[in-house]
Amino acid sequence: MSEQHKEHILPIKAYLGVAGALFILTMVTVAVSYINLGGWNAVVAVSIASFKVSLVALFFMHLKYDNKINLFIFLIGISFVTLFIIFTMFDTLRRADIYEIKAKPIKEKAHIYERAPDDSTQQSDAAQH
Amino acid sequence: MNAALEQSYLKNPKGLTSWLFTRDHKRIGLMYLYAIMFFFFLGGVFALLIRLELLSPGKTIMSADQYNQAFTLHGAIMIFLFIIPAIPAALGNFILPLLIGARDVAFPKLNLASFYIYVAGALFAIYSIITGAVDTGWTFYTPYSTESTTSVISMTFAVFILGFSSIFTGLNFIVTIHKLRAPGLTWFKQPLFVWGLYATAIIQVLATPVLSITLVLLILERVFGIGIFDPAMGGDPVLYQHFFWFYSHPAVYIMILPGMGIISETITVFSRKKIFGYNAIAFSSLAIAFVSFLVWGHHMFTSGQSEIAAMIFSFLTFLVGIPSGIKTFNWLATLYKGQISFEAPMIYTLSFLFLFTIGGLTGIFLGALALNVHLHDTYFVVAHFHYVMMGGTVMAFLAGLHYWWPKIFGRLYNETAAKIGAILVFVGFNMTFFSQFILGSQGMPRRYYNYLDQFQPLHAFSSFGSFVLGIGFFVMLVYLVHSLFKGKTPGYNPWGGLTLEWTVPSPPPPHNFDKIPEITHGPYDYDKILVKRN
Repeated sequence: MSEQHKEHILPIKAYLGVAGALFILTMVTVAVSYINLGGWNAVVAVSIASFKVSLVALFFMHLKYDNKINLFIFLIGISFVTLFIIFTMFDTLRRADIYEIKAKPIKEKAHIYERAPDDSTQQSDAAQH
Repeated sequence: MNAALEQSYLKNPKGLTSWLFTRDHKRIGLMYLYAIMFFFFLGGVFALLIRLELLSPGKTIMSADQYNQAFTLHGAIMIFLFIIPAIPAALGNFILPLLIGARDVAFPKLNLASFYIYVAGALFAIYSIITGAVDTGWTFYTPYSTESTTSVISMTFAVFILGFSSIFTGLNFIVTIHKLRAPGLTWFKQPLFVWGLYATAIIQVLATPVLSITLVLLILERVFGIGIFDPAMGGDPVLYQHFFWFYSHPAVYIMILPGMGIISETITVFSRKKIFGYNAIAFSSLAIAFVSFLVWGHHMFTSGQSEIAAMIFSFLTFLVGIPSGIKTFNWLATLYKGQISFEAPMIYTLSFLFLFTIGGLTGIFLGALALNVHLHDTYFVVAHFHYVMMGGTVMAFLAGLHYWWPKIFGRLYNETAAKIGAILVFVGFNMTFFSQFILGSQGMPRRYYNYLDQFQPLHAFSSFGSFVLGIGFFVMLVYLVHSLFKGKTPGYNPWGGLTLEWTVPSPPPPHNFDKIPEITHGPYDYDKILVKRN
């Protein structure tokens, strides 16, 4: 084992402290679920969960004390998941947009319909569109 | 028998178990090469069957159901069993450590594990073919894939397993490139094939897990009806497409990036000229790898995806044209005033430049939202991706295979036969697929069993082209196999290359280098160093 990979041993108190924090945060998650925050429900729940994940990654998985490249790689993984979710939400959250476009009358003054006033056949074609 | 062959990795150590349990990257690469060539043959047979069926409207040689299975198997085999592992796992495995002056990859056992996982995945795929094949298309789109009565689960499970093989190779290459470069081989003295493999490896490690998740969700949906892709249960079938293309679009670059790396090698060697714009080519590989993650929605413009998402994905898709264009123009500039010689690897390289440009540009057409509505799911798309995947990646693979063949096997193939084969492949390819651009622009939908009479001349022309292509590959098979038994010995450096693999005997000894070389010059310093062939 090279010198860079020395085992880092945390005092048992630190582990118990992190475990305690995780328990408390779990209770907070449950408690918050009884309060209706509307659209913020998911935001609060995900924030607490993210914080818990960070605790596990930093202390139980030792990313805080490990070579920083490992933290970097971990964050790349997380950022790609985030990217996937955000870009997918560009679709799923805005998908109904297309149905909200109401049929509107053709703008008769629009450039492509400009033509001589006596051209009645084409005008009626345009009106049908 | 010559001395180099007797002392090479091919003969030392001897015995079947020494091959089955080998940790030598060259032997693993070679076993991969045999495996992928087998699947290339199998996928090719399906391709010829499809083209034979489409020779005339209505039933020609198979039923509609069999046709659905044939095109699905052609796609799934070519993508997952041939083209993804072709360059990284076969040629890359063999050449990468030699290129960077290492004795092996960083994790030789993981490398062997990757091969056996590939074999396990391949066996599952064959099991799936025997027990009823699959008729969903290689993309396994829901909702049909959750309802089809064919063996979807075994095929998706095969792809799931193959993904791990790909991840292992990628991880191995990243660590190898970071840690095992010879002294003096700085990042910007690396041959560009190494950059290509590095960019590929990043995508393999980051994107492949998403494919695994997708396929597990699909299997769960099929077996337990969890409803994630089923609108009746609040699910979303388009979500499947997001999941699938988040992997599969970057996977397109897993296929093409190492091919671009090979082209950077061959184009300099056969132009006897330093590469033009080394840094630009190296960074454009990384840029393509990055942008590849942001464009997946362009497969879904007509799937009911929101307009805002379609606009974003369309814009980002155009960005891919920039690094691809940088590469193409740098290769062209490398040719300019070079001392070009037209051996078989160079013919494939020039074919790549010509065909990839057409494939890339038609990709820009398809990325345009309004045009895409008309062209989506037509033969135009089929022609486009065959120009990129076959005209691009396969041509690059063939360039690399011919370029490194003397190094891998210690034998020279018949150059005249190779040129004839290369020209047949080029002509056959264009006959097959250029006609499909016209078919698609006239409205011929892809994956259809039957078609209107008016499309028959072009379909027949395309089918005849595929037969020419098949003959080209048959010629290749003959002269390559012939070379293994009767080929002349090549010496260390048959092409006059400057990179490290040409400093060791052909074929290389088991541990590559007696002494790890120290690097003092760039990989393409033909302006400073006079290299003679052998």
